[in-house]
Amino acid sequence: MAEILIKNGFVFDPVTGVKGDKKDIAIRDGKIVDSVSSSAKVYDASGKTVMAGAVEIHAHVAGPKVNEGRNYRPEDKLFVNRAAESKGTRTTGGFSIPTTFKTGYSYAKMGYTVVMEAAMPPLYARHVHEEIRDTPIVDEGAFPVFGNNWFVLEYLKNNEVENTAAYISWLLRASKGYAVKIVNPGGTEAWGWGLNCLSVNDPVPYFDITPAQIVKGLIEANEYLGLPHSIHIHANNLGNPGNFSTTLDTFRLAEGYRANNRFGREQTMHHTHVQFHAYGGDSWLNFESKAPEIMDYVNSHPNLTIDTGNVTLDETTTMTADGPFEHHLTELNHLKWANVDVELETAAGIVPYVYSPNVKVCAIQWAIGLELALLARDPMRCFITTDHPNAGPFTRYPRIIKWLMSKASRDERLNTFKHADKVISATNVGGMDREITFYEIAQMTRAGPAKALGLSAMYGGLAPGMDADVVVYDINPETSFSGEEIERAFSAASLVVKTGVPVVEDGRVINNGNKRTLWVDAKVNENAQVMRDVEEKFLKFYSVNLNNYEVQGHHYIPNPFAIEVDATQ
Amino acid sequence: MAKTVTDVICPFCGTLCDDLEIQVSDDGTRILEVYNACAIGAEKFLHSQSKDRVTRPRMQQEDGSYKEVSYDEAIEYTARMLVNAKKPLMYGWSSTSCEAQSIGHEIAEAVGGIVDNTATVCHGSSLIAIQDVGIPSCTLGEIKNRADVVVFWGCNPSHAHPRHLSRYSIFPRGFFTGKGHKGRKMIVVDPRNTDTMKMADVGLQLEQGRDYELLSALRVAFRDEELPDVVAGIRKEKIYEAAEIMKNARFGVIFFGMGVTQSLGKNHNIDIAIMVTKDLNEFTKFSIIAMRGHYNVTGSGAVLGWQFGYPFATDLSRGFARYNPGETTANDLLRRDECDAVFVLGSDPGAHFPISSVKKIARLPSVAVDPHITPTTEISKLHVPVAFVGVEVGGCCYRMDNVPIESRKVVDPPEGMMTDTEFLTRVRDRVAELKAQAPVGAPSAAEPQEA
Repeated sequence: MAEILIKNGFVFDPVTGVKGDKKDIAIRDGKIVDSVSSSAKVYDASGKTVMAGAVEIHAHVAGPKVNEGRNYRPEDKLFVNRAAESKGTRTTGGFSIPTTFKTGYSYAKMGYTVVMEAAMPPLYARHVHEEIRDTPIVDEGAFPVFGNNWFVLEYLKNNEVENTAAYISWLLRASKGYAVKIVNPGGTEAWGWGLNCLSVNDPVPYFDITPAQIVKGLIEANEYLGLPHSIHIHANNLGNPGNFSTTLDTFRLAEGYRANNRFGREQTMHHTHVQFHAYGGDSWLNFESKAPEIMDYVNSHPNLTIDTGNVTLDETTTMTADGPFEHHLTELNHLKWANVDVELETAAGIVPYVYSPNVKVCAIQWAIGLELALLARDPMRCFITTDHPNAGPFTRYPRIIKWLMSKASRDERLNTFKHADKVISATNVGGMDREITFYEIAQMTRAGPAKALGLSAMYGGLAPGMDADVVVYDINPETSFSGEEIERAFSAASLVVKTGVPVVEDGRVINNGNKRTLWVDAKVNENAQVMRDVEEKFLKFYSVNLNNYEVQGHHYIPNPFAIEVDATQ
Repeated sequence: MAKTVTDVICPFCGTLCDDLEIQVSDDGTRILEVYNACAIGAEKFLHSQSKDRVTRPRMQQEDGSYKEVSYDEAIEYTARMLVNAKKPLMYGWSSTSCEAQSIGHEIAEAVGGIVDNTATVCHGSSLIAIQDVGIPSCTLGEIKNRADVVVFWGCNPSHAHPRHLSRYSIFPRGFFTGKGHKGRKMIVVDPRNTDTMKMADVGLQLEQGRDYELLSALRVAFRDEELPDVVAGIRKEKIYEAAEIMKNARFGVIFFGMGVTQSLGKNHNIDIAIMVTKDLNEFTKFSIIAMRGHYNVTGSGAVLGWQFGYPFATDLSRGFARYNPGETTANDLLRRDECDAVFVLGSDPGAHFPISSVKKIARLPSVAVDPHITPTTEISKLHVPVAFVGVEVGGCCYRMDNVPIESRKVVDPPEGMMTDTEFLTRVRDRVAELKAQAPVGAPSAAEPQEA
């Protein structure tokens, strides 16, 4: 394989601790190396910024609800569909829920090389994998949902952690999944009857277990197995005024557990899109930011990582396995509602949403998302997301980076909201002077999420031996730059190298790369009880046969990358 | 001794039963017996064994007779036809695997074609309604485990989806439904006294074409407002009774079929059926599910969705995807003479399109890829027989509730026969070669004849 040398860029890399020094990055055979021969292809990155490929820890980019969102929103395609940009690429379309091709190209152009699909209903795993297969360039994994799964509810009701772990291992293999995702624990099962669980102590109908028991049990099972990622949770009571206390209750469930894994992960809980969970007040009238309370807890508890879920002020399409929340949302905004309840496993809902700068609540949500990042004392534990497409499309990351790096841009947006005064008094962002640095951006979008996912040996850094995912942005960190220049630079990378292959040059896709599907193969001791339970549930309650459940075959996962975990001792 | 293949997926209707057992001969070449399937499903497997099956491509001659041609010639004809056409219609895609659909879409993108599937004459109106008002739905296993009220509206599963009632909707005993059909109320709405209607606890035999009014009346009844004495030919007491049953369900579902999607009102019927379902979620839990026909029409909508963003009627002739039902739908294109070649795979428009459209296909350069001899293959210039998906080759298929299931190969296809994906892959590669070497529109044997 060809050698590449990226010369003279200003390098920001938390893994090697390089903070903007001029440095050459050498690549051979898909890996970062110390040096290359004189025949290496040389890219001159003088006056530019160099980082590792970015890692997306939470986005809804593939699967049944994403696709229902595409199919039921032709209006999302108006004026944005484009013919293939260059030879070897495909036609693109969609704004808040882009087609798979556009998803891959758009991530790559912004310098992302790894993307995690945040919620995979196991029964629909084939669909998720077919879409992942058709998403070019980026390596992808998918998190199957466990928080409302009947096996899990039944085992954890009796504190059977080992059986839960054996079932997780089985389901990760059957669905080719990456991590244990929990969405509205217990609440989505309650939604099977049109009900919900709004606190960590609300009992789940029939199953007689609480969300707290589900979360604690899944942490124990996750650490029993030693999976690369921790549990990845979307707590109860999302989106409601005053829900920050439920969020803090959920955080506290992880207290007292220690991370057990060989991947360098330190947290035992990742809480996602915290912006949606950091609300004060008791109605939309006195709705306010509780980001300081939330971040006080996060900053003092190293067993926790979060991502932000920044509102981007766009028209978008919300979609989540939190079925009852989407019903609540359609009652609020009266836009079209799609829902799917999935037998024994989960549910999902979809509702379009317009985050208007003219609506006070939307602007407060915008502020809360930024406050979370600005209040984070450890950028290695707070990652930038939009919970794509829920708070906005992932293609707005450069704009969020602008708001975080430039107080002027942030204040300009804040002060021109229609209800600026009310927004300022309900939030804290106006008084915040912090400007996130390039190094911190590299922590929040590269090294941090890679470490939290248990992938720090491969991704998120530029140390020799790591995968050669390298990005060059056309911005000089040593000169003064405007917010607009930041947004422009992060929108279209000058160069993106993915596992040693240049895939983007001057903001254009030049190669479809060597995409891989990441999944976790966790081995456990043979567990006759769990296998009997699996057989029984399929025989009696599933609508498909057990032998037709597992995702197998080249046409679903043409290029698998299995991360092995051994929990047999 | 014969051997038995288990957990076989039935490639016939959208019910996509996955519990068939098929006895095959020892050498794995012949299907001897089909177990667990309905009559239609069993026939599909057995028909693949017929002695008079066409196993090589056939080109129609001037006099209407057929000449056998090689697959190579068929690939060349198809590729040239598609490359030379300005706006080829690529129709069907509902009786094949998602992998084949995907390759078909690559071809359509390369040649600037229009991809439309059988939803265009079936549940396309449902897809439009979903774009208007959304859809609260669930998987079929949820019905089995939870539903105590099941409504069939404008559909007759006893005949069209024969195992639906026993596998998912009426008879099975699920987790919360241990009494099976004894614990379920069945409401059937249909102008005909169908075999499904005969099973109903509450049968509403409405006047034909008055579905919208009856659905609207239900919404009135849910709100305890006054109804006229008779709506759509149904007495108001009966409507209130049905409304009460639905409101008091623990978990209810509406299944609807072609009786509402393609009768007077079309997508508006589905709009209001979905709004009925949404209303019911104020009181209890309710879902609505389309009774999709072909075993993988749902898959075609899914693959089109993630690749281009629309579930059918996708026009790629400008290089990017456009969607405008009424303009980019197959029948409208044909009847306006907008397409200059027709490629059909996995469907039989010859049997199901209006005769005015069928005549247009007959006059155009046309290729039909189908394991069977059908009215479509009889009017096409070229018939390419292929292996049966789900019988002789596997592949991914989507059930009516969008659940993807991998179909199985049970026996080998007849010697030397290609599969859909093999044929399409060769056409795709040949199209790429032709596009690379010749300017578009170069004359060839496949030039359209005078209409």
